[in-house]
Amino acid sequence: MSVAITTQSSIQDSEPVFHVIDEHDHPEGASTMLGFWIYLMSDCLIFAMLFATYGVLGGNYAAGPSPKDLFDLKLVALNTTMLLLSSITYGFAMLTMEKSKIGQTQLWLAITGLFGLAFLGIELTEFAHMIHEGATPQRSAFLSSFFTLVGTHGLHVTFGLVWLVTLMVQTARFGLTEANRRRLMCLSMFWHFLDVVWIGVFTFVYLLGMLR
Amino acid sequence: MTTKAHAEAHTLEANAGHGHDDHGGASHGSLKSYLIGFGLSVILTAIPFWLVMTGTIADKAVTALIVLVLAAVQIVVHMIYFLHMNTRSENGWTMMAMIFTVIMVVIALTGSLWVMHHLNVNMMPMHDMSQMP
Repeated sequence: MSVAITTQSSIQDSEPVFHVIDEHDHPEGASTMLGFWIYLMSDCLIFAMLFATYGVLGGNYAAGPSPKDLFDLKLVALNTTMLLLSSITYGFAMLTMEKSKIGQTQLWLAITGLFGLAFLGIELTEFAHMIHEGATPQRSAFLSSFFTLVGTHGLHVTFGLVWLVTLMVQTARFGLTEANRRRLMCLSMFWHFLDVVWIGVFTFVYLLGMLR
Repeated sequence: MTTKAHAEAHTLEANAGHGHDDHGGASHGSLKSYLIGFGLSVILTAIPFWLVMTGTIADKAVTALIVLVLAAVQIVVHMIYFLHMNTRSENGWTMMAMIFTVIMVVIALTGSLWVMHHLNVNMMPMHDMSQMP
């Protein structure tokens, strides 16, 4: 970069150049984190739309079951605990990754995956119970928007788990290379972001639903 | 002039270089920050669940308000301690993207709820239509 300025300056001595002439060097993956953050923000907009839909339709029960008939707050509290614990264990995985301890990183990632699986299991149990009682997405506008919002979050967790397993295999085969570290950091942001969305879900859908 | 431009270019590069290290300028947490974040999240999750499950506060509107405020605080806690948001990472661009998103989310949520609430109220068949011209 500085070379470019010098040559340019020597050619046109009367006109000094104050801007960078050549695009400076970008190391591989330098912009990945910012790009991934912007993806997360766009994902945030998707969830905002689903929250708005639930906010508008959440009170239309069509003479069907209401949140009080369906939701079990103890189960939701357990679910929230699972996701919160998976967040902190992923944090521990990141800390051990920075110390390049590959075995411990894999262990923490596996624990995170188990908590994620527990979350999904509890959520699917809840869904199955609701559908068994006839509270299907087709029953009312409230249930349609509920299943869309909570189901989209659950799908995100599912894909996060697929990604987690993929990265564990990658790390096992190729070690904590620069590329794998970057991928693990992207998944870390994704995972923590899902926990943030879940705060909105348990507050807006479950807690406020019980207060309705 | 050339040397001055040179020096300036180097300073610029040094500043910009912050976003170009091997981790892409994203900031990291420490064990302490993760544990603080986790502790705060547990408290901020437990209080609203406890309030709603026990019904300690009789007024539902007050409970709802407290629950919403605690959720907002918890989201900020997660952003700072788990997602390591600050004004410096990626030269402030992550913060800019987030501010833009928050504005969009607030417009979408309040706008939808506000418009649809009024639509609902005005479309309710409980108006006395006999007075209409």
